[in-house]
Amino acid sequence: MNPWPFVVAAYALAIAGTLGLTAWSFVAMRRAERAAEGLKDRP
Amino acid sequence: MHVYANPARFLKIARPLTPWLGWIGAVLIAAALIDGLTLAPPERLQGESVRILYVHVPAAWLAMAGWSGIAAASLAQLVWRHPLAAVAARAIAVPGALFTAICLATGSLWGRPTWGTYWEWDGRMTSMLVLLFLYAGFIALAGAEKERSGEGRIIAIYGLVGAINLPIIHYSVLWWRTLHQGESISFLRGTSTIDSAMLWPLLASALGFSLLFGAIVLMRMRTELARTKVEARLRRMAA
Repeated sequence: MNPWPFVVAAYALAIAGTLGLTAWSFVAMRRAERAAEGLKDRP
Repeated sequence: MHVYANPARFLKIARPLTPWLGWIGAVLIAAALIDGLTLAPPERLQGESVRILYVHVPAAWLAMAGWSGIAAASLAQLVWRHPLAAVAARAIAVPGALFTAICLATGSLWGRPTWGTYWEWDGRMTSMLVLLFLYAGFIALAGAEKERSGEGRIIAIYGLVGAINLPIIHYSVLWWRTLHQGESISFLRGTSTIDSAMLWPLLASALGFSLLFGAIVLMRMRTELARTKVEARLRRMAA
């Protein structure tokens, strides 16, 4: 059995999952911190 | 530990630390995975499929380390009422669940060319699946607790009780000798049966994923603290 499709699928899954969660966490953090900063300036 | 219990003091450290952990982690992961895919030798019996090791093992370690973090944070919350402990436990849950899922999926992909099957109700695989369910339960409970603005004591107890599964996962390969291979690296004894040409990229990959995991947890903690701040401010403005 050719192992390469399994190796490539495992790497793709791990990289996509990690990148996806990193990007989602980063965007959520930026949005939340901007909202907090925006409210600080309001009277 | 109580020195960092203050969210403002925590943020002062977390803000500069997040990009450092993230970028060093990303560079280490990239170097380790390129090494693992191209330079590391194939294994004598498993051949090229052994390259899955460089993503599967770090994911397994982080899945268990994640729940250890949840258990430690739960203990800090219950015993010392550490104000950031519950935030930390909730921030660990999603990345912990993701790495458990990656561990199970990559293990399954490794199992097909090696054992001839994607899944077997083996002790290690089953206890890892139980860990995934524990994470799912923790995420659901934390969401429900947040909605009713509870103290989070039930989730903390759940986090501590769930830690019972960690020694079961660790010793499963010794207690039930089925398909999953035994321990290759022992940090307690400081021994390894893996050749150094394969061990170094594995350690680099594990360190890289751990640093990135740390960055993700910090980002999620910062998100929750910022949202809490916004909610408190809006309540004050409405009053």
